[in-house]
Amino acid sequence: MTTLALTRTHFRYLLLENLRVPIAVGSAAIFPALSLLFFVVPFGYGDDSVAATSAVVQLAVFGVLSSFLFTFGVGVADDREHAWDPYVRTLPAAATPRIAGRLLTGFVFALIAIVPVTVVGAALTSATTTPLRFLAGLVAMLVAGLPFLLGGLTVGYSLPVKAALPVTQLIFFPLAFGGGLFLPPQLFPVWLQTVSQLLPSRGARDIVVWAVQGIAPSVLTVVAFAGWVVVTAALAGWAYRRDEGRRFR
Amino acid sequence: MTTDTAQRTPSDVGEQLVRPVATARGVIRRFGSTVALNGVDLDVVRGTITGLLGPNGAGKSTLLSLLTGLRRPDSGRVELFGGDPTDPGRRQRLGVTPQETGLPATLRVGEVLSFVSRHYPQPLPAGEVLERFGLTGLERRQCGGLSGGQKRRLAVALAFAGDPALVVLDEPTTGLDVEARRALWDGVRAYHDGGGTVLLTSHYLDEIEELAQRVVVIGAGRVLAEGDTASVRRLVGLSLVELRSDALPPLPGVVRDDVDGDRHRLHTADADLLVRDLVRSGAAFRDLQVRTASLEEAFLTLTEAAA
Repeated sequence: MTTLALTRTHFRYLLLENLRVPIAVGSAAIFPALSLLFFVVPFGYGDDSVAATSAVVQLAVFGVLSSFLFTFGVGVADDREHAWDPYVRTLPAAATPRIAGRLLTGFVFALIAIVPVTVVGAALTSATTTPLRFLAGLVAMLVAGLPFLLGGLTVGYSLPVKAALPVTQLIFFPLAFGGGLFLPPQLFPVWLQTVSQLLPSRGARDIVVWAVQGIAPSVLTVVAFAGWVVVTAALAGWAYRRDEGRRFR
Repeated sequence: MTTDTAQRTPSDVGEQLVRPVATARGVIRRFGSTVALNGVDLDVVRGTITGLLGPNGAGKSTLLSLLTGLRRPDSGRVELFGGDPTDPGRRQRLGVTPQETGLPATLRVGEVLSFVSRHYPQPLPAGEVLERFGLTGLERRQCGGLSGGQKRRLAVALAFAGDPALVVLDEPTTGLDVEARRALWDGVRAYHDGGGTVLLTSHYLDEIEELAQRVVVIGAGRVLAEGDTASVRRLVGLSLVELRSDALPPLPGVVRDDVDGDRHRLHTADADLLVRDLVRSGAAFRDLQVRTASLEEAFLTLTEAAA
């Protein structure tokens, strides 16, 4: 069995396992689209195509953020509590296919989470972009999601499900609001604009806006975002090793 | 992934036949301040059924987790097919049973089986595995909807899916009714008759006696005894003779005597002989009771004898 074939196997069955709980997939996908319908479409961004596009991008980033935080945070915590995970580790496969399969599953669910909001945005608002910028936006979305993927893994590997769920819910809303994923950050009071630039969610938003609309983010935002990626990567690595040490070393 | 198992020379094959399929040498494993294994040696000989017998918390599961590559020993050496069990290549001919409570609830029986089979170079056909464990017709059922017994059977079946040379079964029949237990034992015997090697744990002496040729008794992280089932039965199949007496003379065959006031609890391998000796000694006694010692009581005796 090659690593590639095994990765495909793990990916396929993780995907199946999760798709059979449609409510989990659906809610992550529907919330951004509903927000767009209720809070953007009726308020006449209609004519301002730049603002409408930003609004769609923001909510799509929100979809990725919540999808990553929940699949990697709550999902991993849940796996750790089931006896299936240690069993899978006794099968003749290294850790790579398992981890790669989980990452790919997370990417698919993130993609599913941004489809409805993109469709509603394209159909009902004046949001617009070119095919090339759209593709650039998808790639940027993966980069933008990194701190949430890694932060999710940190939560998932360090907390039991019962704690991981409220903790995730507690961080994701202020992050989303403060990062300007609901309201454009230009509407914030000055102090909140400063705080906002330091949040990973703001960096995530601005990077995707940059790719889709060509509006460059501030240096502070990019530096803070890079810092978050480094910090969450270190934390995720620490949490993973600590968990391995406790359960499997 | 290593390829050395696939490219064996004839001399290696000869060596493989005599070398145990799994070994532990002087293995110590701690969890914080608890010592789960305290210098354990074990050989699992090819083509045998070896039973690991011990009460809960004896260290059986920890030993299995070392042999299946889940954990590493703090000191000592563990080998699986002549190599490190944490190397995935060494686990290509190993089959393990998951705990049935952990089966992915939303996946179907056929899907779980196929997921596991894909990890092995030459898995058994799904139909054969399902039939052997009485799961035919359940392929399309989601695991979450199976009965307890069906889950247990699927969990055991997964250990055989990859056509392994060694199967490790941790408490395989816990929670099964008599009939299901018999069916499972038949499955294990059929695999053994075909040349397979089995390592199983149990805290039931009966189960080990039924299946294993060789028994390794584990208690408090140490190997207390090992041998064929008859000798282990003599060792742990103790009887308890309880009585009240103000002055009890020393009696032969008493492994241990728990005294509480005038109450004596005599542990012995032969209760009939002990009672005869007791009557012959002429000592005054009352409230005589004879019963079989539980495995836990027998282990307490063995553990103290070993300490």
